[in-house]
Amino acid sequence: MARIRLDHIRHAYSPELAKAGNYALREVDTAFEDGGAYALLGPSGCGKTTLLNIISGLLTPSDGHVRFDDRDVTMLTPEARNIAQVFQFPVIYDTMTVRENLAFPLKNRKVPKAEIATRVDDMLRRIGLAAKADRKARGLTADEKQKISLGRGLVRSDVAAILFDEPLTVIDPHMKWQLRSELKQLHREFQMTMVYVTHDQTEALTFADKVVVMYDGEVVQIGTPEELFERPQHTFVGYFIGSPGMNVLPCRLEGGEALVSGERIRLPAGLSPARSGRQIELGIRPEFVSLVPRGQGIPVTIEKVEDIGSEKIVRARLGEHRLSAIVGEDRPIPADADVAFSDGRLNLYADSWLVERA
Amino acid sequence: MEKTLNNKAWFFVLPVLLLVAFSAVVPLMTVVNYSVQDSFGNNQFFWYGADWFREVLTSERFHDALIRNLIFSAIILAIEVPLGILVALAMPKKGIFVPVCLVLMALPLLIPWNVVGTIWQVFARTDIGLLGYTIDALGIDYNYVRYPLDAWVTVIVMDVWHWTSLVVLLCYAGLVSIPDAYYQAAKIDGASRWAVFRYIQLPKMGRVLLIAVLLRFMDSFMIYTEPFVVTGGGPGNSTTFLSIDLVKLAIGQFNLGEAAAMSLIYFLIVLLLSWVFYTVMTNAGTDKPLKGGAE
Repeated sequence: MARIRLDHIRHAYSPELAKAGNYALREVDTAFEDGGAYALLGPSGCGKTTLLNIISGLLTPSDGHVRFDDRDVTMLTPEARNIAQVFQFPVIYDTMTVRENLAFPLKNRKVPKAEIATRVDDMLRRIGLAAKADRKARGLTADEKQKISLGRGLVRSDVAAILFDEPLTVIDPHMKWQLRSELKQLHREFQMTMVYVTHDQTEALTFADKVVVMYDGEVVQIGTPEELFERPQHTFVGYFIGSPGMNVLPCRLEGGEALVSGERIRLPAGLSPARSGRQIELGIRPEFVSLVPRGQGIPVTIEKVEDIGSEKIVRARLGEHRLSAIVGEDRPIPADADVAFSDGRLNLYADSWLVERA
Repeated sequence: MEKTLNNKAWFFVLPVLLLVAFSAVVPLMTVVNYSVQDSFGNNQFFWYGADWFREVLTSERFHDALIRNLIFSAIILAIEVPLGILVALAMPKKGIFVPVCLVLMALPLLIPWNVVGTIWQVFARTDIGLLGYTIDALGIDYNYVRYPLDAWVTVIVMDVWHWTSLVVLLCYAGLVSIPDAYYQAAKIDGASRWAVFRYIQLPKMGRVLLIAVLLRFMDSFMIYTEPFVVTGGGPGNSTTFLSIDLVKLAIGQFNLGEAAAMSLIYFLIVLLLSWVFYTVMTNAGTDKPLKGGAE
C-alpha cells in the first residue's frame, strides 16, 4: 500500500507530438492518498487511461516523476512497482481453473506452496467464487471473470495500489450495481489505494471517496462527489456532472450585478473576478432553479418539459441562452413563468474557472 | 416450437444433391464397384468379394508404404508446427514490415506442387544444383538419387520450405487477435516469457493450430507430386508413399480392383486419423467432468 504522488507528469505519445506541443496529458501534479478510493472521470480522450497506464508503469511519462511513498518508480516495470490492474475486458487465463488463475501471480513470485493455498482459498471466499474454484475460468460469466482478475490483484496482499480501467464496461446492467458495491466492500476490507477510471459519473460518484475530473489532458478538479456537485471548479465539471448539467450563462458584470441577455441578476456579496476583461460566465445547477409567477423573477420562455417520472425537467430560454430547471413532479408548470435562483448557489466563472468568494 | 413440414424443401436441396452426387458420390461408388471385382481386357469384370481388401491389408508392400507415410507425416508435423509457431512469434506485430513478411510467407504457398518439385529436383542435384553441389563441395557425400536417407532429407526439407508458411500464417492470425490487455495483465502478474506463451498465446492459438495440424497432416499424408517429381519414389522404394504406390498399382500395373480397395483403405485411414486429431485437440482444454457437479 502506498501514497501515489504524480509529480508534474506530462505525456505525449511520440517525440514529434511533444515537439508540436500535442500532449495527451498536459500536466498533472497531484497525489492519491494511501488507502483512498479515487475515480478518474472524464470523457473519452481526456487522458484518463493514459494517466492510469503511467501509474501502473505500462507507459513511461515524457516528463515528471511517479512516486510510491518516497520511492521514485518512474522507470520501473509494472511488476516491480507491485501494482494490480483490472482491465476493461476481463483478462483471465483460459486454460486454468479459477484457483490456478488466482495462484498464478503468487506462483510467478515464488511464494511458498502452503502460503499460496491459504491465500487463494481466502480470496476465493472473499470474491464469492469458492464453489467454482476448480472450474475452468473460461466458462464463467463476464462479472465472475472480472472478479477473478480483481482477485489476482488482491491476492498479492502487498500490492501498492489496484487500478481499474473501466472494469464494468462489459458487465450486464443489473450486475453492475452489485459488482460495484462488492468492489466498495472489498475496498473497505483491504484498505488499499484504488484508482478507478470511468466515463460514467454514477460509477465514479458511487465508488470513489474522491473523484478526479479530467478534461482535455488536465485534471480540472479533485473533490468529493458533494464538492463536485456544489462547487464545480470548472464549467466542464458543472456540465459533466449532474443530469442535466449545470446551466452556464455568459454574462457581463456591472457593479454587484450580472447582466445576462439584458436581465439583471444580483450576485452574492464578495463575488467578483480579480481581473476584468475575461470571459465571465454564471453557473447555476438546474436543481437550484425554481419557477416563480411572472413578475417575481427573471422572465424566461419555456420551450419544453421532460417528465422523467420522479421529477420534471423544464427546458427554457433566457434571452438567447438555454436554461434547464428541475421541478417537483407535483408542481404545476405555468405557461408563463419567471425563474429564481436559490441563494448562495450561484457560481461565477472567469475563463471557465471558478471565481472564489472573498 | 411446432416444426413446419413442407416437402417442397426437397426441391431446393436437389441442386446440391446432384452436384455432390456427381462430384463425390458417383466417383466414390465407382471406386467401391471396382474394389470388389477383378478386371480383365475387353471390359470383363468378375466378382471378387472382399479379397482385394484382404490382399491389400496383408501385403507387405502396403504396410511398408503406410509406415513410411506415417513416419513422414510425424516428422513433418514435428518440424512444421513448432517452427511455424516460432516464426509467427518472431514476426513483427505492427509497422511496415508486416505486409513484407506476410507476402514473403505467402510466396511458397502460391507455387504449384510440381514446380516446387522441379525446383528442388534441380536445386539438390550434385552436378548442377546449387544446394547439392555446395553440400558435396563441403565434403559431405550427399546424393538423393543414391542414398535413401538423403532422399528423405531432401523431400522433408522441400515440404518444410513449401508448407511451413501455412502454419505461420494461421498462427500469426491467432496471435494478432490477442488484445494488448492480456500481455499487460501478464506483465503485472509477473509472468515469464514462457508463461505468457504457455497460458496466453498457445491457448489463444488453439483453434487455428488445430486447423494447421489437420491441414498439414492430411496434406503430408496424401503427398504425391513433390516426391514423385524429385525422387520418383526411390531410391528403391524408400520414398514410395501410399499415393505413389497407389498410382503405380492403378496406372502402372493397371490392377484396378486392388488399387480401388487400397484407395478406400487409404481414404478411411485419413478420415480416421483426422477425426482422432480433431477429437483429441478439441477436448484437450475442456473441463473434466466433476463428481456430482452439474455443468
